[in-house]
Amino acid sequence: MSDAATKRATRSRWLLLAPALAVLVFAASGPLLIVLIYSFLTPGDYGGVEWNLSWDAWFSVIMEQDFFTDEIGFADAHLSIFWRSIKLSLMTALLTFIFGFPTAYFIATRPKEKRDIWMLLIIIPFWTNLLIRTFAIMELIRAEGTVNSALLALGIIDEPIQMLFTEFAILLGMAYVYLPLMVLPIYASLERFDFTLVEAGYDLYATRWRVLRKVIFPLAKPGVIAGSILVFVPSLGAYVTPRVLGGGKQLMLGNLIELQFGAGRNWPLGAALSLTLLAIVMVALILYVRAAGNEEVRHG
Amino acid sequence: MKLTKSFAVLAALAVAGAAQAEGTLNIYNWGNYTSPELIEKFEKEYGVEVTITDYDSNDTALAKIKAGGHGFDIVVPSGTYVPIFISEGLLMESKPNEMENFKHMDPQWVDVEFDPGRNYTVPWQWGTVGMTVNTSVYGGDINTAGIYLDPPDELKGKINVVPEMMDVMSTAIYYMGGEQCTTDKEVLKKVRDKLVEAKTHWLSMDYGNIEKYAKGDLAAGVNWNGASMRARLQNPDIAYGYPIDGYPVWMDNAAIVADAQNVENAKLFLNFIMAPENAAMLSNFAKYANGIKGSDAYMDEDLKNAPEVNPSDELKAAGVLSKTCPPEAQKIYTAIWTELQK
Repeated sequence: MSDAATKRATRSRWLLLAPALAVLVFAASGPLLIVLIYSFLTPGDYGGVEWNLSWDAWFSVIMEQDFFTDEIGFADAHLSIFWRSIKLSLMTALLTFIFGFPTAYFIATRPKEKRDIWMLLIIIPFWTNLLIRTFAIMELIRAEGTVNSALLALGIIDEPIQMLFTEFAILLGMAYVYLPLMVLPIYASLERFDFTLVEAGYDLYATRWRVLRKVIFPLAKPGVIAGSILVFVPSLGAYVTPRVLGGGKQLMLGNLIELQFGAGRNWPLGAALSLTLLAIVMVALILYVRAAGNEEVRHG
Repeated sequence: MKLTKSFAVLAALAVAGAAQAEGTLNIYNWGNYTSPELIEKFEKEYGVEVTITDYDSNDTALAKIKAGGHGFDIVVPSGTYVPIFISEGLLMESKPNEMENFKHMDPQWVDVEFDPGRNYTVPWQWGTVGMTVNTSVYGGDINTAGIYLDPPDELKGKINVVPEMMDVMSTAIYYMGGEQCTTDKEVLKKVRDKLVEAKTHWLSMDYGNIEKYAKGDLAAGVNWNGASMRARLQNPDIAYGYPIDGYPVWMDNAAIVADAQNVENAKLFLNFIMAPENAAMLSNFAKYANGIKGSDAYMDEDLKNAPEVNPSDELKAAGVLSKTCPPEAQKIYTAIWTELQK
């Protein structure tokens, strides 16, 4: 090939790469870099940042100097907010799995032409705005809402049950909102599943539980892992659902970060907290992928 | 030839610019806050075409004005944000105090700390942070922050506190005998302990509460006067209390943006909203008080006599105009606020 032709090939390769590179640089790395830089600066008096290098923001993510005693200790407020968010996300992932797996299995075992309708039913709520779905749940479980009114009318309870503004309400809301994200990937892996394997299992005198555990579940595992990640990651940063259904008495990670950029006027701390959230997600992903990878090796 | 052409273009641009300056005004204001009737009246009177753009927080407005290229002439920041806007050089020193209608401004609102003598801003609406109480649940004194900090048994478990850090912190600080923006450790320690203890009796920390008060889901809490009034209009048992130990008073203020394109129209507008009948139109729409004397005469009946807008003199004196606290104070308040919700 001539020199000119090579050059032309190189140029067209760069041109074809340009959109992807632009997205990576301007939409992903650029903003992240700004967040990273901000986390090492000092807060401006009225929000924003001052260009002084400082570790303070990172220090205050996990440590704090008690204002009243001047003692330096762990920032237990931050740590317990982190823990609450992680706990809630894990429980949401577990709950969506408990409800999502049988749902996906049910759909995958329907006749082919019926499956699309079931899938549609799963996806339809997704067409509605998150906030509206959350408010709909609130309407269902409030003191004078649908559920309490029905139970009262049936004489099952004498007084409305306080469901709104409890951890139960948050979990219910989160599980409902993220359920399709669990069902879809599990369904995708079960759809390709060869159900004659189940029959083979029964022929070999396996119990139903054993078939589920040794045949169906291992083959559905990639879907379960993908679904867990898809549910866990956004749950960690969930902001609207805990606030609306939980009554906002307790902060979640998302609310804590918002506080620093709003009333708290401490942007560097907000930036450091955001990056900590990012780090937690990355660690979780690595653990997941590793776990998945090991399994494959053992089975392979 | 080329030169003449550019001149022609320049001339055309200049003419277009002049024509624009005569005919338009771009207002940047909180959503659902600008009376459409008022705007119509202004457009008719001065032959100016007005456009309104909404924002939902002071921070949004600040960020957008700071970024430039917005084309806005008027912005309406809260008193706590006015010093920030001024120190960032974002407001024009338009001297409302030399305008014709300035004489109508209530003297109480002239020498405010955020704009002494009113060189930059004109009052838009003002309101208070107080206690909303369902009087069919609790019949005692409601003019105290004890409603949410030392709640009577009837109210326990039915209290909502708006998740607005400075409003809640300030009310609690006044209740414990402190002053605005205090950094006094003794006081703040008491404030923190009181808040942490009181929180066990709260049901929620939520914004949207009008319907919940009206329907009885909530029986009391920290609230804004306009929201409390709207709840009362749905349920006559709802009353609004002014904490006698002190409560925050906020004011939103119209000002001209430093790089405004339509300065003359903007000045006309500031003068226009200081006229009592026009200020009343703002109040009739947004249901808050304005800072203009004599506007009562033009207000709707339900607003004119509303206890949420007209505290007694004794209670009025307990109001403290909110200002921007220094960063040291802000830092401690954020720590206490985070601790409270951990």
